[in-house]
Amino acid sequence: MTAPVLSVHDLTVAFATRRGTARVVNGVSYDVAAGETVAIVGESGSGKSVSSLALLGLLPQPPATVTGTVVFDGRDLLRVPREELRRVRGNGIAMVFQDPMTSLNPVLTIGRQLTEGMQTHLGLDDRAARERAAELLAQVGIPSPRRRLDDHPHQLSGGMRQRVMIAMALSCDPQVLIADEPTTALDVTTQAQIVDLVERLQAETGTAVVWITHDLGIVAGIADRVLVMYGGRVVEEAGVDALYDDPRHPYTLGLLGALPVLGADRPEQLVAIPGLPPDPVALPPGCPFHPRCPQRDDERCASQVPPLRQVASDDDGVAHRVAAFYDADPARLRRLDAEGLP
Amino acid sequence: MTADVLVEVDDLRVWFPSGGGLRRRDGGRVRAVDGVSFEVRRGETLGLVGESGCGKSTTGLALLRLVEPTGGRVVFDGVDVTALGRRDLRRLRRRMAMVFQDPYASLNPRRSIGASVAEPLEVHGLHRGRRQRRARVGELLELVGLNPDLADRYPHEFSGGQRQRVGIARALAAEPDFIVCDEPIASLDVSIQAQILNLLERLQRELGLTYLFIAHDLSAVQHTSDRIAVMYLGRIVEVAPRQALAQQTPAHPYTRALLSAVPLPDPRRERARERIILRGEVPTPLHPPSGCNFRTRCPEVFEPCDRVDPALQPVGSSSHLAACHLHGVVGREEEPQTAG
Repeated sequence: MTAPVLSVHDLTVAFATRRGTARVVNGVSYDVAAGETVAIVGESGSGKSVSSLALLGLLPQPPATVTGTVVFDGRDLLRVPREELRRVRGNGIAMVFQDPMTSLNPVLTIGRQLTEGMQTHLGLDDRAARERAAELLAQVGIPSPRRRLDDHPHQLSGGMRQRVMIAMALSCDPQVLIADEPTTALDVTTQAQIVDLVERLQAETGTAVVWITHDLGIVAGIADRVLVMYGGRVVEEAGVDALYDDPRHPYTLGLLGALPVLGADRPEQLVAIPGLPPDPVALPPGCPFHPRCPQRDDERCASQVPPLRQVASDDDGVAHRVAAFYDADPARLRRLDAEGLP
Repeated sequence: MTADVLVEVDDLRVWFPSGGGLRRRDGGRVRAVDGVSFEVRRGETLGLVGESGCGKSTTGLALLRLVEPTGGRVVFDGVDVTALGRRDLRRLRRRMAMVFQDPYASLNPRRSIGASVAEPLEVHGLHRGRRQRRARVGELLELVGLNPDLADRYPHEFSGGQRQRVGIARALAAEPDFIVCDEPIASLDVSIQAQILNLLERLQRELGLTYLFIAHDLSAVQHTSDRIAVMYLGRIVEVAPRQALAQQTPAHPYTRALLSAVPLPDPRRERARERIILRGEVPTPLHPPSGCNFRTRCPEVFEPCDRVDPALQPVGSSSHLAACHLHGVVGREEEPQTAG
């Protein structure tokens, strides 16, 4: 594999809350290479979004405490001065968020918001920036882009707004694009348009993409590699085919079994993982998944955190790693109560 | 109407005045639901699927007259719901219930969940007396997999999945025959969605319920439903038995695009798949296109589409209907208009 453009090592994020310390990210490590798409999958509270906010310095400290290293372009982003970090955001690493309505400023025109970054990061003057902004809007498939520059966000549909966000993120030719649930608020046909758009732009520019989502369906279509997060940890990591063909972590297996699949014959009953995800203020000791795990066995599960260990590697040499003491067994999962009741 | 039909919807229309305040007079009408007909058979789950703004939730609300229909009829077990006075409507509503997307918004935060579940009992005067009512609430909570001891707790103490169980318990309180489930799993995590879908399935089996299952998620709809109706811009464009969609043989171009856009959790199938990317956006229901509603985005558009409003017609079998001229030009002639 080529040298990573972004290398995250042992990232942790904790928040001081009234109820105590919330340990939201607990030692996450991954690399992303140029042109590669890495998907980070998890349910709400798994730490998937917070970990990406942390690496761009977007979490106010306090209440957050961030540790670990995030190497980009030879520097540790967690230790560079604010000014330098600001330069990285934009033309180094750009981000697209779930809800384009709250990430766009409602009182500024699309054009103003698009050109601001290019003037700051690329030093373009008004005219050149406006010219480029119109080009970008055309590139992301917005009809009559020049007219749209003078529109305000409320005049656009949700899908169009997300296109504007993507245009904005790509405006300064970033090396890494972090997309945090960029299609969750959109309809499936619009989602297909956006996925298609990001794939096309990535093929043109060679940008590395980190795609954060809860949707294992999307992941199958876009990712090269997948990280599954649970309780603030990566519990499984593999090439996309290996993850779906041969899921090793009981949680991954459970997630796949919980999904209704389009086109399946008379459906089998879905697998319902019992219980609820852990509370980051009161994480269980040992494996974060053990209270819900059908595979739970001896006292090791409840006392030690299973390390992420390599169990296989695929034809391209991509490692398959899993953080579990016991391999997932579909038969055991099937025996669970159908509604996931304890 | 045959005996096995519980709910019959005929040419249902719900139009809203557009634009608030001073502009109300000249704002025109938003045709949220614009001539929808279908039937729900006793004991089945009919799925109603479509993207945001297609009118699927408004249809569900109109069946229970939680919004007033502008036109058309809803017949429930032989009774014309649209013609009932308030008192008769209230009596009939005992037999029809609704489960909403966000139980946090539909449960009163200042009432204990026991009190919320007991509300339909009060309204309909069932299980009178404090002790009987409490016992019934306990029974209902148990039925949906919650500990009856939780009756005195408040909604904020529950997780999303548990709150949805409370919402379902409340819907079941008055022993309805028919439940409209409006996006019941949309705001839940995947592992919890499966819990709720399995719960709804078990309740249907045990209590003999009939469901209208409204959702935007085609995979979930296909999983739960016996038949599926697809909506686009206030109209039903296709009604198909679940197998027809499972085997990927939809008859309407919109259904085809919708199916092809649903991501599959299978990398190889995903890579092999031809995706139909629709052009443009859904037109405004204020000025729907002439002829076929879908023609402005349809990859198959041809001559009659802008002047004939397609009627639902059988395709292949009598149980599979589609409103599309590809299967023969059937429908009402209209004045063609260019704008969309």
